[in-house]
Amino acid sequence: MDYIIEMLNITKTFPGIVANDNVNLLIKKGEIHALLGENGAGKSTLMSILFGMYQPDKGEIRLEGKPVKIKDPNEANRLGIGMVHQHFKLVGNFTVLENIVLGAEDTKMGVLQLKEAREKVLALSELYQLKVDPDAKIDDITVGMQQRVEILKMLYRDNDILIFDEPTAVLTPQEIEELIKIMRKLAQEGKSLIFITHKLNEIKQVADRCTILRKGKYIDTVDVSKTSAEEMSEMMVGRKVALQVAKEDMTPGEAILSVRDLCLKTDKTGKNKLNNISFDVRKNEILCIAGIDGNGQTELAYALTGMMPISSGSITLKGEDISKASIRQRSVKGMSHIPEDRHKDGLVLEYSLEENLILQEYFTDQFQNKGFLKFDKIREFANTLIDQFDIRSGQGAQTTVRSMSGGNQQKAIIAREITKDPDLLVAVQPTRGLDVGAIEYIHSKIVEQRDNGKAVLLISLELDEVMNLSDRILVIYEGEIVGEFDPRQVDVKELGLYMAGSKRAEVK
Amino acid sequence: MKKKMSSLIASLNTWTSSEGFKSFASSLLAILFGLVIGFVMLLFSNSRYAVSGLMALLSGGFAEGMSSMGDVLYLATPIIMTGLSVGFAFKTGLFNIGGSGQYLVGAFTGIYIGATWTFIPDSILWIVALLGSMIAGAIWAFIPGLLKATRNVNEVITAIMMNYIGVYLVNYLIPLSPIYDSTRNQTVPPRSFIPKAGLDKLFPDSGISAAILIAIACVVIVYIVLNKTTFGYELKACGYNSNAGRYAGINEKKCIILSMVIAGALAGLGGGLAHLANTGKYISVVDVLPQDGFDGIAVALLGLSNPGGIFLAGTFIAYLRQGGFYMQKYGYVTEVINIIIATIIYCSAFSAAFKSFITKAKTNGLKFPSKKEKKVAGEEK
Repeated sequence: MDYIIEMLNITKTFPGIVANDNVNLLIKKGEIHALLGENGAGKSTLMSILFGMYQPDKGEIRLEGKPVKIKDPNEANRLGIGMVHQHFKLVGNFTVLENIVLGAEDTKMGVLQLKEAREKVLALSELYQLKVDPDAKIDDITVGMQQRVEILKMLYRDNDILIFDEPTAVLTPQEIEELIKIMRKLAQEGKSLIFITHKLNEIKQVADRCTILRKGKYIDTVDVSKTSAEEMSEMMVGRKVALQVAKEDMTPGEAILSVRDLCLKTDKTGKNKLNNISFDVRKNEILCIAGIDGNGQTELAYALTGMMPISSGSITLKGEDISKASIRQRSVKGMSHIPEDRHKDGLVLEYSLEENLILQEYFTDQFQNKGFLKFDKIREFANTLIDQFDIRSGQGAQTTVRSMSGGNQQKAIIAREITKDPDLLVAVQPTRGLDVGAIEYIHSKIVEQRDNGKAVLLISLELDEVMNLSDRILVIYEGEIVGEFDPRQVDVKELGLYMAGSKRAEVK
Repeated sequence: MKKKMSSLIASLNTWTSSEGFKSFASSLLAILFGLVIGFVMLLFSNSRYAVSGLMALLSGGFAEGMSSMGDVLYLATPIIMTGLSVGFAFKTGLFNIGGSGQYLVGAFTGIYIGATWTFIPDSILWIVALLGSMIAGAIWAFIPGLLKATRNVNEVITAIMMNYIGVYLVNYLIPLSPIYDSTRNQTVPPRSFIPKAGLDKLFPDSGISAAILIAIACVVIVYIVLNKTTFGYELKACGYNSNAGRYAGINEKKCIILSMVIAGALAGLGGGLAHLANTGKYISVVDVLPQDGFDGIAVALLGLSNPGGIFLAGTFIAYLRQGGFYMQKYGYVTEVINIIIATIIYCSAFSAAFKSFITKAKTNGLKFPSKKEKKVAGEEK
């Protein structure tokens, strides 16, 4: 059997953690190979080693049977290995085209030659149906489009081995379908794909084989067509996992949050980012806002939590008008916010875990006395949360959050926001980029909030999550609410039509 | 005995892996690197005395015993203050390049109050004068802070502008004010000075005064504010990630302004401390920004913005200054001496690069081998 890539007996340790312990990964030419594992299982580390960002402590990498040393990403690129990172590596104020050629530019006498590059990019984007505007600035385009730029970057460099690090985490259902088509086409043309994920249905859909890691250890490599999703999830987590949330029906109580005729202007085009939005979130209820990325969800969350001023309309929390209240006031009055982007808003990455866990409450008497922080109380609090929410890290409460895995970072945010005991939890994409085990946990926590008499507003791009968790669904399209549904009486296809704007209903 | 050794080695390994050690070692390496280049320059300038010149530079701080050391501490005082100013702003995500201007207006205000506010008894006049210095420096930094917070104007540009406004305003005001000594084209000395607090007995014949104690107090206060208080927590959170600061309900505009104001007050106080120490230091009416302000940037870099580190870095640079003074004995002109000191300071800017080098060296297995590891290594051979 010919393998294009062989990673043999790879071991890599970091202070306090064995990230990879004697791991094997064998990739055949032209296959889509899924790499499955929980957060912190060592998937990203293994791929970083293949991509030359880390050097393994032990083990060997072979390319087409020949041992190679991959000392940096440039070397990896030369060997035809390309990677789309989970957090994109793009220059925000460069255009799409400039980002694609960056590092592989053609120059004539020191002057950048973009004409041929443009043609190549347009041809590639045509061929693989990767719609991008080559002259748009990265800052101005959606996350989905940014990812297409990352894929084009690899294709532009004629890479043969393509690593996708959790590529679907940020995409809409339609975009995921597109991506899957693209991946299949790439494989047909003889490219080898490594697909890092923890979404079992996607593996079932697209992958040929699947290697499973758990807590840094190699578990098995299986043939996807002969293995069920349940079997794979059990291998990944090490125990049986409920893929569906157990959730009992509840009668919602009085309205906790009332939004009336909310408008938010931005945009140079003069178009409202949010237009006359009205809804209530009630006690014992999970209300989901479903929609395709970039239809005003971010602005809605920012408007509700006070991070963006609203143009008109009103927001009422527990009967009190908070339209003009500050972020802090809203937080103190009982609103918690799990932000969409944990790195941008949710965490101070340079701070330690314990410092991040008190980010919303450091000013309360629990943690300060006359302006001085109570370090012993903070440590105690952090350790309680770490235990209770099973936040894993290298050095416990003192770990720098930047060094923690995405899932554990998210767990830290959720621990912090839920422990605040809010009346209203605004959760924006709370499971973005997380694995089955963590998603199960976070979903159960959200349902627990509802069962404890709280109101939950869940803004999600994942239709599975919306259907699974919600008691009521609102669909947002271009800043307007275009439909209200009962999850038990609507199917995903119907929702998709509203999300795409091809159907709309009057909502009162 | 063996047990003791191995436990010592183990603790040595944990210590050398700690962040603090890496920071310290990187600064030390940077200094060493600077000294080597400085020595090469001495060879170029006058190779005959290069070795003795270098020795004079390195030992000058002790050349006349306690007296020289007192002068080192006197020279260190203002640059510790400007270093704290820059370092404090750094920690909160701001680059206070306006230390020179804040220092100068602080110095002017201090001298003005110290010389003319005769209605206050001399015994406490110096305190009032120092407070004036702080306020003046704070005002000078408030403007860049305000513009940054409300209009998002880059504080580097506005602070540089404030530097020039400061120097020309002071040049303009001195001849108009009663503190002008027209024959020497500089300010008159103030009437009230910072007390010696007995330090002149410990360090005889030197410029030392309680100013150094005030500077040390500032080091401690800045350390406590940054590391122990909710206020410091807020400032650092906004400095590291202003979005997350906002998300946590911290008023980041207030943080920016307050951080600049405190930085300015520290630099302004530095100006006051330097000019009220009764060492015959005046403000001359010349179109030059005071060097002490810019030295603060080097001190903060060398001290990695850590208050304790800033104290050490400030003392070190003052030590070199003092040593440079003795190099003149070997015929080195002050320009060459200043170039060498500047080279060492310049290299200090690379301490971050040295830090990553040390981290790499540690991870690539450069550590003290314990007995066990030695054995294993032996067996492998």
